[in-house]
Amino acid sequence: MGDYEFHWIIVYRALPQMLKGAFVTLHVSVFAMFLGIIIAVFLALGKMSGTKILNIISNSWIEIARNTPALFQMYMAYFGLGAFGIHLGPYKAVLSALVFINAGYLAETFRGGFQSIPATQLIASRSLGMTSIKAYRYILLPQMFRRVYYPMTNQFVWSILMSSLGILVGMNELSGETQRLQSLSFRTLEFFIVAAFLYYVITKFVLYIADLISQRVFKGDI
Amino acid sequence: MGSSLFTPLSLNDAGFILTGVLNTVYISVVAISVGSVLGLIVGFIRSISKNYINFIFGAFLDILRTVPLIIQLILFSTYVGVLGYPLDPFVSGSIILSLYTMAFMSEVFRGGFDSVPNSMRIASRSLGIGYWQTIRYIVFPIGIRTVFPSWLGVALSVIKDSALVSVIGYMELLRTSELLITRSQQPLEILIGVGIFYFIISYPLSLSGRHIERKMAI
Repeated sequence: MGDYEFHWIIVYRALPQMLKGAFVTLHVSVFAMFLGIIIAVFLALGKMSGTKILNIISNSWIEIARNTPALFQMYMAYFGLGAFGIHLGPYKAVLSALVFINAGYLAETFRGGFQSIPATQLIASRSLGMTSIKAYRYILLPQMFRRVYYPMTNQFVWSILMSSLGILVGMNELSGETQRLQSLSFRTLEFFIVAAFLYYVITKFVLYIADLISQRVFKGDI
Repeated sequence: MGSSLFTPLSLNDAGFILTGVLNTVYISVVAISVGSVLGLIVGFIRSISKNYINFIFGAFLDILRTVPLIIQLILFSTYVGVLGYPLDPFVSGSIILSLYTMAFMSEVFRGGFDSVPNSMRIASRSLGIGYWQTIRYIVFPIGIRTVFPSWLGVALSVIKDSALVSVIGYMELLRTSELLITRSQQPLEILIGVGIFYFIISYPLSLSGRHIERKMAI
């Protein structure tokens, strides 16, 4: 252990602020997930549709999101958009980067989910007089969400972990807050050990909640 | 007037960006190869071993997977500093990135080994093939072949995650571009160039992965 002395009392005193940071982390990832899911449904539909312009838009969104680093997207949102006169604060920059990536990854997952539903179901519901929107709302979307539920929880965990990149743009989520607090006392090791522990707890908690929801809503069958 | 404050981009910067490119490629190759070998070993151990060994490995791998990479990097580099043996950013970066890769690769390979039917092992043993020979000639080739697309997926995500090593001061692509942005104040041009670089590495690989997956599915 060398001659390093741990000073946990400093971390203990700063714990309320760190928990506040953890709340911001959870908050930004829930929000990013929610917006990401909505956009991803449209991207998946756009990718499967026959219209060429929709195809191009959703394909390029999906491929850019999947093939460039998350840190790059975050820099793009924080520094790059300034060239267009859009100046986002740290929270909005992290949020928009996460939404962009979540939408790209989830769109591909959702497309798989849609394609696993037999095409005859849409035809049958249309022939029963449902409008296309109703058919998606009552027949296809519920089945699709059930099938992609576990990939979706993985994506959610991933987006919690990736929100830690907020440290690089000075956001006040768990990592950024930890960075700020440790710079006051230079107790880097203690602060980041606690941060790592909090991330572990948050992730396990989210997975547990996701499991509970799946048991309640899907009654056990995937 | 403002332009005199910042030096615009020039041809000299190409060399600087190129070192970033090479460093990114370098650390990704190291992390993927070391991580794959370790992941293969751990995955094999996890697929053959009893519950309690699995539990210990599982807990360790769980920590590597549920703590953000950025926190792991900061923790590790401060920890070795505290111990009195500060490491080069490249060394500590590749250690953590390799372990992180291992955590994902081991699950991938474990799935592959578990997918080899037990009856195949029994059949080969009954033909007089030894235990290790069965592993070497039956289980490994079949198991590794089936998980190749997932392996490629993890490798691609490691290339992208290698950008995070910049937080401990390693001069990879994104860090060099960040320094250039600070100097020249031309974020859009530089970032688009960086994005294109990552895209041309990652996109062909992901396309070929999907192609192989489709070919093997039939």
